[in-house]
Amino acid sequence: MAELPIAFRVADKQRETGDTWTLWLEPADAAAPAPYAPGQFAMLYAFGAGEAPISVSSIGGDGAVVHTVRAVGAVTEAICAAQPGDVLGVRGPFGTAWPLAEAEGQDVVLVAGGIGLAPLRPVVHELLAHRERYGAVSILYGGRSPADLLYISEIERWRGRFDVDVDVTVDTAGEDWHGRVGVVPRLIPQAVFDPGRVVAMMCGPEVMMRFAAVALQDRGVSDDRIWLSLERSMTCATGHCGHCQLGPLFICKDGPVLRRDVVEPLMRVAEL
Amino acid sequence: MRTIEELLGEVPALRPLAPEHRDTLAGCARNRVFEPGEQIMREGDPADAFYVVREGAVALETVVPARGPVVLQTLHDGDLLGWSWLVPPYRTAFDARSMGTTHAIAFDGACLRGKCEADPALGYDLLKLLSGVFVARLQDTRLRLLDLYAKPGDG
Repeated sequence: MAELPIAFRVADKQRETGDTWTLWLEPADAAAPAPYAPGQFAMLYAFGAGEAPISVSSIGGDGAVVHTVRAVGAVTEAICAAQPGDVLGVRGPFGTAWPLAEAEGQDVVLVAGGIGLAPLRPVVHELLAHRERYGAVSILYGGRSPADLLYISEIERWRGRFDVDVDVTVDTAGEDWHGRVGVVPRLIPQAVFDPGRVVAMMCGPEVMMRFAAVALQDRGVSDDRIWLSLERSMTCATGHCGHCQLGPLFICKDGPVLRRDVVEPLMRVAEL
Repeated sequence: MRTIEELLGEVPALRPLAPEHRDTLAGCARNRVFEPGEQIMREGDPADAFYVVREGAVALETVVPARGPVVLQTLHDGDLLGWSWLVPPYRTAFDARSMGTTHAIAFDGACLRGKCEADPALGYDLLKLLSGVFVARLQDTRLRLLDLYAKPGDG
């Protein structure tokens, strides 16, 4: 884990939506950082602008990492403005990973909302690369509108497989959209999984995850089978500054991926 | 060929109804098939029916000036469509369009209202069922009002 930024060069970038970009980053020198695990994040440093915590959205070889970044403020706007050849500072990997080992031999349901698909994307890659290790796999994804959906062509490839169920919904659409319109939790009652042998992983707006967790509970899924990625104000990423504290937890090092039975009581405290 | 009673028994959304009430409903029901793009309900028309989608997809929508038709929600296998038949003045609130070929069971609203008035136990059973649908749709609408995917600070 690097506490000082390592220089990474932007190898490529791709626009995902009107305000979201995917950046391919490669170490600018030989000092490759420790490998990332799906669910972990890096502090991306746009020189002169500042740092922001960004989950890894794909994991390449040779220390290369991929981040999908939504421009929502000065720092993330500066990161998204980086061009191929530009250098960003990267600290990481930080935080906990998705429970892929626990998911082996189990059904897996992924519930993502908006930019929340990015931290789950490496999980999809792992599930598809080692499909035989897992039971039924469902990917449930929701966005604000069709234009706000990430990784459209990749989702189509996932849909094209016969061993994965992919269900996508949006909050609003015109009549040219031929998919679902509605909220993500509503996809859960029809999803194919055995409640007693499923591992659920969720990432998205916290309210969406609360309602999705209730829908999973209604299917009979216990809280110790539900994992979610929380977002708080990660600043130092090493558990020292306390900005991301949630009760006794530091989301930067105890999270961001946490089991629901651990974190749910804290999520119901309005002051935390 | 299966009877309407048999088809109703296969619809998960109707399972909470007492079997004798499902059979009563069958007297007001018939099979319908809607072609892709066919209008099932039209905003402002008399609300004289509701539907159970057996197979297919239906878009609930309304036309917004300068935006065209906006899809408010889509309904899929097993979903119930339409409740304006139950509440005066029995006027359809939104358009409903078949997104592909849709197989549905259509219920005559006036027929059902008559049977519910004559048999309060049936009326209560049906209203409990529909209330579950109302609550779920209201919760969905409230979630969407939050515009959870908006940029922080927007709205």
